[in-house]
Amino acid sequence: MRTCLSDAIAPKVWKATRRALERAGVEVKVPRGQTCCGQPAWTAGHPDQARAVARHTIKVFAGSDEVVVPSGSCAGMVIHAFPELFAGQPDEDDALDLALRTIEFTQFLAKHDLDPRAKACGALTVHDSCHMLRVLDENESPRDALAKVPGCEVREMAHTDQCCGFGGVFALNFPELSGRLGEQKAQAAAATGAPEVVSCDLGCLMHIAGRAHRTGIPLRARHISEVLGS
Amino acid sequence: MSTRRRRRNPGVAYSDVKGTLRDRTVDALRDPTLADNLRTAGDSWGAGREVMKRDFGFDQMRDRARDIRRSNIRNMPALLAELQSNVRANGGVVVRAADADEACRYITDLARARGARVVAKSKSMATEEIKLNEAMEHAGLEVVETDLGEWIIQLANEHPSHIIAPAVHLNRDQVAALFRDEAGTDDVPTDREGLVAHARVRLREKFAQAEIGISGVNLGVASTGTVCIVENEGNARLVTSQPRIHVAVMGMERVVADWDEAAHILQVLPMAAISQDAANYVSLITGPRREGETDGPEEFHLVIIDGGRGALRGSEFEEVLSCIRCGACLYSCPMWQNVGGQAYGSPYSGPIGAIITPLLEGPSSPGSRDLPFMSTLCGACGDACPVGIPLPDLLVRARARSSSPAKRKAGLAFRVWSLLWRRGVTYRLTMIGWRLGLRIRGRGGWVHRLPGPGSGWTKVRDMPSKWPPRR
Repeated sequence: MRTCLSDAIAPKVWKATRRALERAGVEVKVPRGQTCCGQPAWTAGHPDQARAVARHTIKVFAGSDEVVVPSGSCAGMVIHAFPELFAGQPDEDDALDLALRTIEFTQFLAKHDLDPRAKACGALTVHDSCHMLRVLDENESPRDALAKVPGCEVREMAHTDQCCGFGGVFALNFPELSGRLGEQKAQAAAATGAPEVVSCDLGCLMHIAGRAHRTGIPLRARHISEVLGS
Repeated sequence: MSTRRRRRNPGVAYSDVKGTLRDRTVDALRDPTLADNLRTAGDSWGAGREVMKRDFGFDQMRDRARDIRRSNIRNMPALLAELQSNVRANGGVVVRAADADEACRYITDLARARGARVVAKSKSMATEEIKLNEAMEHAGLEVVETDLGEWIIQLANEHPSHIIAPAVHLNRDQVAALFRDEAGTDDVPTDREGLVAHARVRLREKFAQAEIGISGVNLGVASTGTVCIVENEGNARLVTSQPRIHVAVMGMERVVADWDEAAHILQVLPMAAISQDAANYVSLITGPRREGETDGPEEFHLVIIDGGRGALRGSEFEEVLSCIRCGACLYSCPMWQNVGGQAYGSPYSGPIGAIITPLLEGPSSPGSRDLPFMSTLCGACGDACPVGIPLPDLLVRARARSSSPAKRKAGLAFRVWSLLWRRGVTYRLTMIGWRLGLRIRGRGGWVHRLPGPGSGWTKVRDMPSKWPPRR
């Protein structure tokens, strides 16, 4: 799954994900007709609109063994919210089937013990996205994958479990509060002395980097796929 | 003097709440003292929670607490009937109030019938919910909040900012200033112990005058008809024993079956709320004073409020009835940590408040319909909840149920979005358009201003037009 956010602002992310998977020996197909998991409408309180888009996603990914998603948030949507979104619908079984086959990118690497043999990188800090951390209950797989990258030094920031304040539509509805949280996160990341923050979720990164740039906090951002697929 | 000053501060009406929810978050974010006070409180709660997990097996206790509360909600009608008949058998009066008006009317009528003038209250969110202070002030009664935090915010003319720590948004210096104002003298201590001692003296004077004591209820135990009140200051024990009449106000969902269940919840509650393995005072009240007893009130009235709760049973929101009002979800919430409870403009703030307020007030209530949107859905609240309420999921459901002009407007955009993104071809066209827009507007790898809904984004942050973003 490319994810709509990668299509919108960073096609490099899904391409790097594919590269990393192929280098680890996985046969990867990227269905051309794919769009979005439906999360934007779901969390904005419009389940019917979300379902129509999610239904398309279910059809596009029918037949793949596993659906690897370079986003804890999109994976969490399919795994955790699809069962509720499709409860009582005629395609409920298909939704549950996709939820069972869906897995976040670094969790997929950990599950199959894969090493994408990434190029060396320097010091970085890891942002745990909330959906990765609390919906998928995962904070080890990204760190395990980074531990295999030559020269990679993870410097943990303070309050790693604290939300960055992105929150999808929340970022647009409550910009000031969202911005404050983003600034706190960018400061915590910069305080580690690492020049860049890495995360499994592009949404958080777009927000943290955007707030850091606006407020002059020196911080680069990269999706974890870009590190692992380099 | 002090009486006149207090009269200036009747129960504050929530209709006084100004501005939109977003405006109030902006105001709160501008207050650096508030940010400091909230951070201190949040950090201390977070540290305490770790101790509870490490030393007291808190996580395991949560599972049982959740099961108990689920079973209470399933059996609620029978448990309430049992509670009611046992309270009556113990010599108490039980009143079932369908809504706030009924509850307030019963209590003010009772006060009038007994010729009461002064009412002493201990902390109660249920009375805050039904706006009992306003009703009693309106009926000409003097209401004294005897919980230290409640008294402080009564003096400050403010709403509680937290379910169990109503004045947590104020620091010591701010409290000292309020006390000086109330006492009409500068001779008020400024250290922590001194302030508490000062409040104790001022409040004891009031206890002696109060004819009625009003308390909340943490749990009602059906099997014996007992109400449990948990506190740390001892004021609730005075409120429930000193005045001639004790009125306990209880949300109907706060019923448990027996002492086995009550004992567990009474332990989990202070652990979740304030990281204490036991509350300083647990008052167990089984009816009024009996013959031969030396203390206790002559009359005991239990007012059980529905207020929209009964209708939640069997609905997709049923799990909120498990709530034991510990306030853990507030402390854990990054939104609450940064703006405090008052920005919510409702008695209940934080994640649980954002869910239950519109449920109790109705989906189109202007005061609360936007509340479910004030969350990043980060899930910290769900992890913090001691009775396993899936708060993030309920926030999403509450958004689907909410109706507001802003949501209707967004609904139109999402309808178009949904039509375009359910097909690969039209999706790719929107992406081509979006990326072209980024390229045209981008300067040095960043877009500084976006139109339409995107303006919410660029109000506080830039949008990267190249990835990885330039520094």
